Amino acid sequence: MMVHEIFNNLPAMLLLTIGAYLLGVWLRRKSGIALLHPFVISIPVIIAVIKLFDISPEFYIQSNSLIDFMLGPSVVSLGYLLYKHRQTIRENIAGIMSAVVAGSILGVVSVYLLCPVLGLDEFFVKALEAKSVTTPIAMDITRSAGGDVSLAAVSVIISGFIGALVGPLALKLFGIKDPVAKGLAMGCSSHGLGTARAIEMGAVEGAISGLSIALMGILTAVIVPLFNSLVGL
Amino acid sequence: MKVFKGLFIILLHLVIGNVISFCTGEFIPGSVLGMIILFLSLMAGIVKEDSVRDVALFLTDNMAIFFIPALIGILEMWGLIKMHFLAWVALLTITALLVMAVSGWAKQLTDRIRRRK
Repeated sequence: MMVHEIFNNLPAMLLLTIGAYLLGVWLRRKSGIALLHPFVISIPVIIAVIKLFDISPEFYIQSNSLIDFMLGPSVVSLGYLLYKHRQTIRENIAGIMSAVVAGSILGVVSVYLLCPVLGLDEFFVKALEAKSVTTPIAMDITRSAGGDVSLAAVSVIISGFIGALVGPLALKLFGIKDPVAKGLAMGCSSHGLGTARAIEMGAVEGAISGLSIALMGILTAVIVPLFNSLVGL
Repeated sequence: MKVFKGLFIILLHLVIGNVISFCTGEFIPGSVLGMIILFLSLMAGIVKEDSVRDVALFLTDNMAIFFIPALIGILEMWGLIKMHFLAWVALLTITALLVMAVSGWAKQLTDRIRRRK
């Protein structure tokens, strides 16, 4: 019971998040495996600790609202990276636009075509169409399309998580070497989580990935209703 | 002092973004609008690069940690997805890889076409 009291409070929960994250970053550096995302360590560690000490996930999340809140300011701060790399954006505007147009159309069409193949019904199609874009935009698109908003939100986050984990390896396999192309690939497929990863690759990658979040969100919002009326969803 | 000045400017842009988002039916999230407005403020010289640099770099360099509470929150949703878990994860993985490959290639292809001209 004593142990439970020691851990079941706000500072201990903040300590857990920051400690688990630092452990993940430290292990990546120590192991020398650049592809090892800190989440691979930190997420299981957090889950293990809260299960071990019988802490409710709600309490953990509530105690970490400060960390959760900082996500907003960190997205705003991407504006600084855009400014810093405005020259690169100007020089690559045609490439950026073609990548975002291709990515947003494919994001919607691939879900529609693949769901039946994997045995997922219309319920999943409608909830997943917007899963390549940042959570708040995806939830809004899904709501107006008549899909399940909770499933959309979970899918967006897991989608970004997968992209952040496999991104660096996949980029290598796909032969995507140009920093701007890398940023576009990460941002178009994995929004904020991909951007967090892209920043670790380099400042240009991060800035372009951040820009992709905004462009993908806006384009996908236009494409989803158009596509749905075309295929009769 | 400088940290608080930077934090103030960034939070101010978040608040402005949130207000615009609210007034336009919350279609685009306030943080994304805040990002665009911060970029414009820097371009217009209203905000000096020097005053936001330290805080902006701290927040963007460590962005991954801010997603951790949301990821733990997914545990709560387990009931919604456990039925079709494998198909669902397979779909998310395949489509994420497709979008990643095609958007990256589209950019590199555009470069190649432009260079040929």
